[in-house]
Amino acid sequence: MELLVTRDAATAERSHWLLLHCVAVFAFLYLPIAILVLYSFNGEGVGGFPPHRLTLDWYRTLFADEPIWDSVLNSLEVALAAMAISLAFGVPAALALDRAQFPGKALFRRLVLLPLILPGIITGLSLLMLFNVAGMKLSLLTIALGHGTALISVATTEVFAGLQKLDRAQEEASLDLGANYWQTFWRITVPNLKLPIIGAALLIFTLSLDEIAVSFFLIGRDNTLPLEIWGRLRRGITPEINAVSTVIFGFSLIAIVLWYRLRMRGEGATDAGIEIVEVAEGGQA
Amino acid sequence: MGLTTTSLSATATATNSSAKPPLLRVRNLAKRFGKNVVLRDISLDVAEGEFLTILGESGSGKTTLLRIIAGFESASSGELWMGEEQLGRQPPYRRRVNTVFQHYALFPHLTVEQNVGYGLRVARRPETEIAARVEDALAKVKMTAHAKAKPSKISGGQQQRVALARALVNRPRLLLLDEPLSALDANLRRQMQVELKSLQREVGISFIFVTHDQEEAMVMSDRIALLRSGELEQVATPREIYSQPATAYVAQFIGHTNLLKADVQGGIARCVAGAWPVEAADGVALFSLRPENIRVISPGGVGTAGGVRVRGRVRHQAFHGATELIRVECSENLALVVRTSSGAEAMEEEIELEFSPTDAVLVRESAERI
Repeated sequence: MELLVTRDAATAERSHWLLLHCVAVFAFLYLPIAILVLYSFNGEGVGGFPPHRLTLDWYRTLFADEPIWDSVLNSLEVALAAMAISLAFGVPAALALDRAQFPGKALFRRLVLLPLILPGIITGLSLLMLFNVAGMKLSLLTIALGHGTALISVATTEVFAGLQKLDRAQEEASLDLGANYWQTFWRITVPNLKLPIIGAALLIFTLSLDEIAVSFFLIGRDNTLPLEIWGRLRRGITPEINAVSTVIFGFSLIAIVLWYRLRMRGEGATDAGIEIVEVAEGGQA
Repeated sequence: MGLTTTSLSATATATNSSAKPPLLRVRNLAKRFGKNVVLRDISLDVAEGEFLTILGESGSGKTTLLRIIAGFESASSGELWMGEEQLGRQPPYRRRVNTVFQHYALFPHLTVEQNVGYGLRVARRPETEIAARVEDALAKVKMTAHAKAKPSKISGGQQQRVALARALVNRPRLLLLDEPLSALDANLRRQMQVELKSLQREVGISFIFVTHDQEEAMVMSDRIALLRSGELEQVATPREIYSQPATAYVAQFIGHTNLLKADVQGGIARCVAGAWPVEAADGVALFSLRPENIRVISPGGVGTAGGVRVRGRVRHQAFHGATELIRVECSENLALVVRTSSGAEAMEEEIELEFSPTDAVLVRESAERI
């Protein structure tokens, strides 16, 4: 009995340490963000701890700050364009990787996925050189092209994963029921890929929205939001930056939660599918 | 077990021999995947309204044959005719053939109702007609109550019914079923065998049913095509395939049997079990002798005239409900499996067995294939 008690105490102590460890890790991860958010409400500017005289003034300044809003609009334009470009190229690439057999397929796959691991600085620099050679003026268009190409790999991987989970027998069933290949693609394949495509779009959108390395090389006269913020930081930090960062953080959080929930829904559906197959095979045995 | 199917098998064979042309003609079909030969020289007719089962072990090529008929695979050589049409040149969506897939392949994003209406909607039938036919089809498989459910919310047996309705609603000339019952548990499976058979009789559409389960094949089919390593061993009615197996493989695959290797000389077959007159060429011959065709002669009892008799010792007993299978060792290289109903034989007892020479069916030796 005594032994049991001591062991319980030891376990309790260990779990205390574990809890402390967890708190430390999460603090390390999220304390900076918490401080950023907190100081966006601080009446005393960025200095001084603890912050006091909480105010919404910085948000008021922010909403009156036209260059910031211009850059936000620029960023949204770039993100939407990047989304369209990467999906337009990434989805067919995923289809090709999943279905087609062609020489050099392995190489093709690596090439498509390469930008995912390539440092942004390399992508940015090489795109800059390309645009220079092509004689293109740097503008929002070049940034959109840059983001679009760099994020094709994201669209491809997301959609490819969705295709791998898709039961091909469904497409055969559709053909069997009289739908031709084109009808089968739109009525069966695409609806089944809806979640991966929306997920990829959300992910590309958020990644493009806060991308800085590639944008830095390709920027023309119009700033994107991250570059605008970065530019202002060089002139000294104001809580207005905190305020805009807080807003971005909020939006990113929403996008990520949305993306995650979509993904979970997709996985849940396929898990059920796997269960059915398992039950089926169990029955056979 | 054959009682319900006899009348139909008779009509099926009758339609075969009569002037009415078969619905589907498979001629010298072969399929190779690279160097791997999956199907070899398959020729087969399917009559209008016939229930034909393609029976074979896994890897025998039965699913490939079905997929060629459906149009998901193309044959390497040979022809496929439906009436006057060369089926082989048509894409799957032009063939008046529908399939029930092994795992049903229902569309998860559509409701039961939409699944069943898919083919009609793609064919651009008027919505009122679609609604009426879908309702009718769902009623036929007793799934009306689940019309609005998504496939993931219904059980495996129910999914199977929906898959059936989805295929039949298009009124195909031929329905292909790829082991549709293999996913169900034993009780439901037996129930579905009966239901499927009566549904087929009701709609009058030809069925090609693929299975690895010989009992299922016997219960449901008008005719069975037994496939082995990509070649047809025998195509016949369940009765015929059981009582007159063409090859040793068929005899062993369908039910239990004893294979007797005998030496034929001048119209007399001789083996360890005894000798009996046969009509066969001289040389080594194989005979299939079903366990139920061997009788146990009670001690002191008299056998029938012309019966072949052999003595042996009971070595093994297996209880099968109404009957019992016993293994009787007659000599070092002959053991006979005998079906008895008495259960009176004791282990290690020496008993006398008898069989009629007419029950020993001459079978071809099946060539060894990988």
